[in-house]
Amino acid sequence: MTVITKKPTSPVAHLSPEDIEAIGRELDAIRQSVMETRGEADARYIRRMIKTQRYLELGSRATLLASGFFPPAFFLGTAGLSVAKILDNMEIGHNILHGQWDWMRDPKIHSSVWEWDSASTAESWKHSHNELHHTYTNIIGKDNDLGYGIMRVDEDQRWTPASLGQPLYNFINMIFFEYGIAAYDLELGRNLRLPKEKRPQEFTENVGKTLRKVRKQATKDYVVHPLLALPLGAALPTLAANVIANVVRNVWSHSVIMCGHFPEGVETYEKASIDPNETRGEWYLRQMLGSANISGSKAMHVMTGNLSHQIEHHLWPDLPSNRYAEVAPQVKALFEKYGLNYHEASMPAQVYSAWHKVVRLSLPNNWLATTTPKNLPKQMKVLWKMSRGSRAQRRKLQEQLDLEAAYLA
Amino acid sequence: MSSASIAEQTRSGGLRRALHQAFSAAVTPMEPADVLDLFSPLRRGADLRARITAVRAETDDAATIELKPGKDWAGHVPGQYIRIGIDVEGRRHWRAYSLTHGPRADRRISITVKAVPDGVVSPFLVHQATPGTMVHLEQAAGEFVLDESHRKLLFVTAGSGITPVIGMLRNLYPVTDSGVLGAKDRNLDITVVHLAPSEPQTIFRENLSELGASGAITLIPRYDDQHGLFSVESLAELVPDLHDRVTYACGPHGLLDALQSHHDALGLPLFTEQFRLGQVEAGEGGTVAIGGQEIEVDGTTPILDAAEEAGLIMPSGCRMGICMGCVLPLREGAVRDLRNGDVTRAVPGETPEGGLPIQTCISAAAGACTIDHHPRPTSATPMKESVR
Repeated sequence: MTVITKKPTSPVAHLSPEDIEAIGRELDAIRQSVMETRGEADARYIRRMIKTQRYLELGSRATLLASGFFPPAFFLGTAGLSVAKILDNMEIGHNILHGQWDWMRDPKIHSSVWEWDSASTAESWKHSHNELHHTYTNIIGKDNDLGYGIMRVDEDQRWTPASLGQPLYNFINMIFFEYGIAAYDLELGRNLRLPKEKRPQEFTENVGKTLRKVRKQATKDYVVHPLLALPLGAALPTLAANVIANVVRNVWSHSVIMCGHFPEGVETYEKASIDPNETRGEWYLRQMLGSANISGSKAMHVMTGNLSHQIEHHLWPDLPSNRYAEVAPQVKALFEKYGLNYHEASMPAQVYSAWHKVVRLSLPNNWLATTTPKNLPKQMKVLWKMSRGSRAQRRKLQEQLDLEAAYLA
Repeated sequence: MSSASIAEQTRSGGLRRALHQAFSAAVTPMEPADVLDLFSPLRRGADLRARITAVRAETDDAATIELKPGKDWAGHVPGQYIRIGIDVEGRRHWRAYSLTHGPRADRRISITVKAVPDGVVSPFLVHQATPGTMVHLEQAAGEFVLDESHRKLLFVTAGSGITPVIGMLRNLYPVTDSGVLGAKDRNLDITVVHLAPSEPQTIFRENLSELGASGAITLIPRYDDQHGLFSVESLAELVPDLHDRVTYACGPHGLLDALQSHHDALGLPLFTEQFRLGQVEAGEGGTVAIGGQEIEVDGTTPILDAAEEAGLIMPSGCRMGICMGCVLPLREGAVRDLRNGDVTRAVPGETPEGGLPIQTCISAAAGACTIDHHPRPTSATPMKESVR
């Protein structure tokens, strides 16, 4: 993919400014229709979800106590704990921290006080996610969610030899995703590169808070519960179950989140192309084309925290998550009406697409497109030169690749 | 206390703390209370809550709600009110209601609610609340309680202003199936002048007439449709020994104001409790900076309502300026009291360090102002610190 303004045929060229504003008005009307009808059923939904998650977590942990002498308890407990952690992070934590349930005025279910089962503190996540990612969605250089600052996920991000390692980085990030997110929320990479005295003061404070959170989480999962299980001879299976549940949660949430913005066909934007006075309609349009949905069953939507309705979520991050499914058909109809591509596919298809992009962009632009089994040895040589040579050499070789690709096309 | 038992206590305190820490460590990021609430929401040490145990219709538009409060309920004195937080249409609302009885053997409490037309909470409580519903609660509060050193009393009540008074009377004279108890035993002389639009629209009508019939009180009802509009000037006529009595009054602003000047002129003692906003004084409105947000508020909307509309969790209570449950410090700027138009100004450097406490439920913005409000972080502070 390449930023939308550099595409030969822009997917929005057929829209007049009036069309864009009309889209904005229609979307505002859909939003309003839901906001006005928020009520008891919605409140019951989130309360029941929280209760279910808590019973499931407590029940799973209790089940694991028996895993020393009753092996099925290990599988049941591990599966339950994995699902509990996923529900905590996705349908409950993510959405409460978005303020989707603030309207209930329940001081316990409120974005200002909620905390989740994750290494990242709710506070720093809210900043990097709600303020940065949701405002500057898919603007290269402003939205760090595009590759989390460690990956190249767009042709217009510069290729460097380090990019070759990104399938591996992405895999490692997937396994340890909660820590990846915590580091990312702290802007660890950028801040550590600064000399110590130049780092912002809140960075040091936030590092302290995050480390405390990491310690609390790890103590619970890897010390307290194994110790509780020790008298029943289940310390090791309990420890293993916690490790597995955390990894399952990490892999799952990483995959869901990759599906949201990384699949092929999702649009990205150039920093310079965004009007500082971007209208509501223009902002909506950017969100519409910068997100991708996952199709699937009701259970699937709940397990993704309704981020399967990523498009709807990005249009209205504060809409209660249980209502996205209801507005999705209206949103889809609007896409059709204005000739826009509603990006939707099954989870396996989206995950494959996202991973394919990570692999493709780990290589120089057009390298994969110009490679055939026959010219592979020659192409490998090009790749070798590009990764070892000077910057000028790299640029020259890239030009050649681009020419070849243009010729092939 | 012997040193041995002190040591034992310290040890048990230390043990309890250690257990609590272990519990916290096992359930983080939940609080131990979150887990216990799943199983026992009314336990000792929980946030104060109550379960509705019965809803009894009093009139077409009023009902008595009986509640079983949590273990930490500290009791009340008749005439006091409680603040109740209840979810209506998914939203938490806090309101203050008088307790209509004295302490009971079964530790239950009850409030009597009249459904206010266009209201949110009162129609819900009267017509929709069902036994089993959980509500949030604060300990009883209020100064409008009976001073038993006076023997001769006069109550002047209007409409639902009867509720705190009924609480006092029921405590003095329990109304049972077999009649009113203690009517002759008490050395009290009580007259009740009760004002209502008409007889059928009187809540506690039966209670009042029973109390009157038993001789416990002298009841002087004044119904607008029968007797015409009440004037305080007629009080001396209705109550010949007015000068010997201590007056307790509860009702709307206009009545209380009239009574105050009437009693002041005669030099008579008066205790009042206001029920319902009196008047609305419009001002210019302005931008209110509160809880990290900037909200545009017009001159007639209470800051509390506007802030809640903007999604903030605000401390609140009676919403009529009596319970002080909504007080927050004004750091800078001016607010207008909607009841009387009084303007309160805070000037940094001149006003006290912590700002001026204002009641957000009856204050509107009078120009730009800054109000301190930090929604409590639940993870950092113990559960007991409620929204105050």
